[in-house]
Amino acid sequence: MVGIIDYGVGNLFSLQSSFRSLGESVFVSSSREELNQADHLVLPGVGAFADAAGKLTQTGLDAFVKDRAAAGKPLLGICLGMQLLFEKSYEYGQHPGLGILKGQVVPMEGRIPAELKIPHMGWNRLQWHQGTLLRESQGQYVYFVHSYFAEGCDDSLAAVTEYGIPITAAVEKENVFGCQFHPEKSGAVGLEILRRFCKL
Amino acid sequence: MITKRIIPCLDVRDGRVVKGTNFLGLQDVASPVELGKFYSENGADELVFYDITASAEGRKLFTDILTQVASTIFIPLTVGGGINTLEDFDRVLKCGADKVSVNSGAIRNPELVAAAARRYGDQCVVLSVDAKRVEGGFRVFSKGGREDTGMDLLSWVKRCVDSGAGEVVLNSIDTDGVKQGFDLEMLEAVCDLVDVPVIASGGAGCEEDFVTLFRRLPKVDAGLAASIFHFGQVQILRLKRRLQEENILVRL
Repeated sequence: MVGIIDYGVGNLFSLQSSFRSLGESVFVSSSREELNQADHLVLPGVGAFADAAGKLTQTGLDAFVKDRAAAGKPLLGICLGMQLLFEKSYEYGQHPGLGILKGQVVPMEGRIPAELKIPHMGWNRLQWHQGTLLRESQGQYVYFVHSYFAEGCDDSLAAVTEYGIPITAAVEKENVFGCQFHPEKSGAVGLEILRRFCKL
Repeated sequence: MITKRIIPCLDVRDGRVVKGTNFLGLQDVASPVELGKFYSENGADELVFYDITASAEGRKLFTDILTQVASTIFIPLTVGGGINTLEDFDRVLKCGADKVSVNSGAIRNPELVAAAARRYGDQCVVLSVDAKRVEGGFRVFSKGGREDTGMDLLSWVKRCVDSGAGEVVLNSIDTDGVKQGFDLEMLEAVCDLVDVPVIASGGAGCEEDFVTLFRRLPKVDAGLAASIFHFGQVQILRLKRRLQEENILVRL
């Protein structure tokens, strides 16, 4: 059973539908008791880092996520949900993240060639580095929408994508996984990644 | 690097795809759900659903259909048609749309673009614009291209992008339906003006029109069309293989 963590950020319709289409039972909840029943946890997120991190703290779900990750529960952060796994973000100031993974979130602006558009939006290719979740997806296209990316995460870096420079596309450390792209919007390739996560 | 995108557009009225299609193997050629599934399995990088319903019942039907489409298709979905307020944004986003396209609604109320971008993020707001040559300039038309607004295309696009539109769909009324190729001159003027993705619409008649588009205007991000895809004159997978032969990056 997949539990999608609802902390008031973003639209969870597609994410829920994608797990359902795989035949997985899935629920969306903000209750720690309910989420505790899940075998797999998903931390979604769109929007601004500070806003999302604030909501996670207000709901007390920050401590829950850290606790479950430390206890070995498979956890998948998607897009902003992946960025929240890191120590801090430099999106409009400096804001602490969950600190589950080593690394920080920085703007693309000034780091990628000036002629490239921001946000990095569209289909881009996965170059696999290490880990199990993305290995079969090497060279495949997945769908990205983001303006910030994770760096300094060498110990968890699982895949990158090329956008002027290598951009962190996925991370993986033991039971903790993160995708900068949207597997729920990446067609058959994305669904396969979600299916593999559910098999863990 | 990011690929060029090929986007089929489905006009939906009263829950059905207008004019239908002629795909063999589709049980119901006018079903938005079946057609959407067909495209997502046959190379489309994104889908645009355009609601051309006038009635409230039709609108309700459209959102029901959209929910079904979004539950079965896992590529980005853009929804347009009848988007006049933030409540309209909310309505279609809750049904699973990823981006919302505004046209006449933004002309009536230019504040809509900024308000929607603040609430949902720039990447969610697509400016769709119908334009035509009038007296040596490009003029914005509203109401599905029937009414001359008197506004200059370039200043309108600039204003909307500055307010937060994250993408522009440019439909040239001059080339639309003519099937002699995209309006490269008009597209180039808009590409030179803004840094957000520009989607070309109106005029594609064959594969070569897409090759010409991406070769001549490398800044264009995507090509959008409707009937040539629906009637099989251009097959998306074949088109993408052709683009790949021309060293244009596509997702295959």
